[in-house]
Amino acid sequence: MTEAVLSPVPQPLVPQGAVGRLFAFVRRLVREKPLGAAGGAIFLVFLFCGIFADFLAPYGMNETNLEVRLEAPSLAHPLGTDHLGRDVLSRILIGAKLSMIVSFLAAGIGTLVSLVIGVLSGYLGGKTDMILQRGVDAWMTFPDLVLLIVIISVVGPGIPQIVIVLGLLYGIAGSRIVRGAVVTVKESMYTHAAQSIGARTLHILARHIVPNVMPVLIVLFTTRIGAVILTEAGLSFLGLGVPPPEPTWGAMLSGTGRTYMYLGPWLALAPGLCLTIVVYAINVYGDALRDLLDPRMRGSR
Amino acid sequence: MTDALLQVQDLKVHFPVREGLLQREVGSVKAVDGVSFELRRGETFGLVGESGCGKSTTALAVLRMIEPTAGRIVFEGEDVTGHTRASMRSIRRRMQMVYQDPFGALNPRMKVQDIIGEPLAVHGLAKDRSAWRARISELMDLVGLLPDMADRYPHEFSGGQRQRIGIARALALEPSLVICDEPVSALDVSIQAQVINLLVELQERLRLTYLFIAHDLSVVRHISDRIGVMYLGRIVEVADRDTLFKNPRHPYTQALLNAVPLPDPELESRRPENLIAGEVPSVRNPPTGCRFHPRCPEAMEVCSQEVPVLHGEPPTGQVACHLHPPSG
Repeated sequence: MTEAVLSPVPQPLVPQGAVGRLFAFVRRLVREKPLGAAGGAIFLVFLFCGIFADFLAPYGMNETNLEVRLEAPSLAHPLGTDHLGRDVLSRILIGAKLSMIVSFLAAGIGTLVSLVIGVLSGYLGGKTDMILQRGVDAWMTFPDLVLLIVIISVVGPGIPQIVIVLGLLYGIAGSRIVRGAVVTVKESMYTHAAQSIGARTLHILARHIVPNVMPVLIVLFTTRIGAVILTEAGLSFLGLGVPPPEPTWGAMLSGTGRTYMYLGPWLALAPGLCLTIVVYAINVYGDALRDLLDPRMRGSR
Repeated sequence: MTDALLQVQDLKVHFPVREGLLQREVGSVKAVDGVSFELRRGETFGLVGESGCGKSTTALAVLRMIEPTAGRIVFEGEDVTGHTRASMRSIRRRMQMVYQDPFGALNPRMKVQDIIGEPLAVHGLAKDRSAWRARISELMDLVGLLPDMADRYPHEFSGGQRQRIGIARALALEPSLVICDEPVSALDVSIQAQVINLLVELQERLRLTYLFIAHDLSVVRHISDRIGVMYLGRIVEVADRDTLFKNPRHPYTQALLNAVPLPDPELESRRPENLIAGEVPSVRNPPTGCRFHPRCPEAMEVCSQEVPVLHGEPPTGQVACHLHPPSG
């Protein structure tokens, strides 16, 4: 132990264990992709706020104070108050939690669904491909919003429903993109080589197909996060989103934000900016991640 | 004859052509149509022909990567055409392939050690990780790569080095037959020689048998013991290398040899123009009789009607041409 402390030589770059590998990765991220690192950091801050929202929020999310309605940002209320005198900062923080949960779960489910359908369809090909793709065609003939409205009005609004429905919607739409990438990798000579040495399908999927469609998955996931937040906002506008008074950024933006835009622009600006920043940060981080995970990009910029 | 490692008998690979709403079969592409040859243990059999003549399809059918439509493939005395997918696994260990494109044949997201070690992992041949690594070092050393480059990714290597990685992967399972599908045609000429010499050296050391597919005759001449010439899914001539180059009997072989550029510009300018005219006909609708007759400078009446049979014995070799009818 003392040896390690005294050692004047920097530790070798060879990563030791999971923690070491994480450190090595962060170091590379910061050095090679500063913008991506910034995106990741911003995103972590929001995630932190979301997770600890209940401790960080100075006021309760539904704590009304009619004496300070529609007040401009001040020391007591850094982001102002809304038409019921609720503290916007507190609602943003709690909203971060809900928006993060919804967008992460939905984008995660969506990417997983895309991966499973895309791989089955693209790798197995033939009849499986035909049947799956016709199913996807049929599903995609329904406009997203109509499907959402129908399903949510049947089962009623709520976070689980929204997550599952959005996940399926984006997942099935995205499966086409994954399928295309899988077909390209499947036709490659290295997949052929693996088949010719007698590798089993699962091995080929895990070692060759999935790693090589990873960039597509990362981009799908990160773009979906922004899309989910925005779709949830649209749903809130129609009264089908996460039910009030739970604050989500979408609902704040399209509800009170829009109504009181002229009286209190901070009502729309605060959630709007948060949304923009998070979506941008995730996209930048996703791009950096995609590049860093590609061995061909190593050492080059 | 007794020493045959691989016998291919009347191999046919037809791809159905489907058309219309109901995907009715309206015909077939006869990529390989009755090919027979055999490989003796320890020799290099060159398979040459224009692109699209079915060389690679033949190789893939031997590996059972493409299902043969008809014919028999006997490998190490065992008929492999009847095998199921699962029982092919053990046979695949003994026949391996080296690919044409050194860039496309290696997974860009795998380290060299994982690429070379993949066959070992797939067949569970390494006791533990250190045995696995030792075997990889050994293989890298064998093909002339520094074992400490095992941690790198394929894009960090040159074309020739990548081809060596591909060869190391093919040798990992100690196969008896290595199918080389145009292994050097994507490389620079100077690198081609190195890789060819490596293949020759490995053959001597490991007693390998090569099925060597190429369209470059000078490469084939250098490495092969015997050569088969393919045209439109059929073998038109098989002979020992020297016999074939000194005394080509089939007009197509003669034309092919004539197309090899000569190093001397004087000679090059004096030799006759290309002997064959026209394009390769479609395999979907091949000519009747001898498939070469529409382009053959010596075509006779009989050529458009009767299919010539491949016949003959070593040392003169076999030929399928009406100019050289079977004696007696």
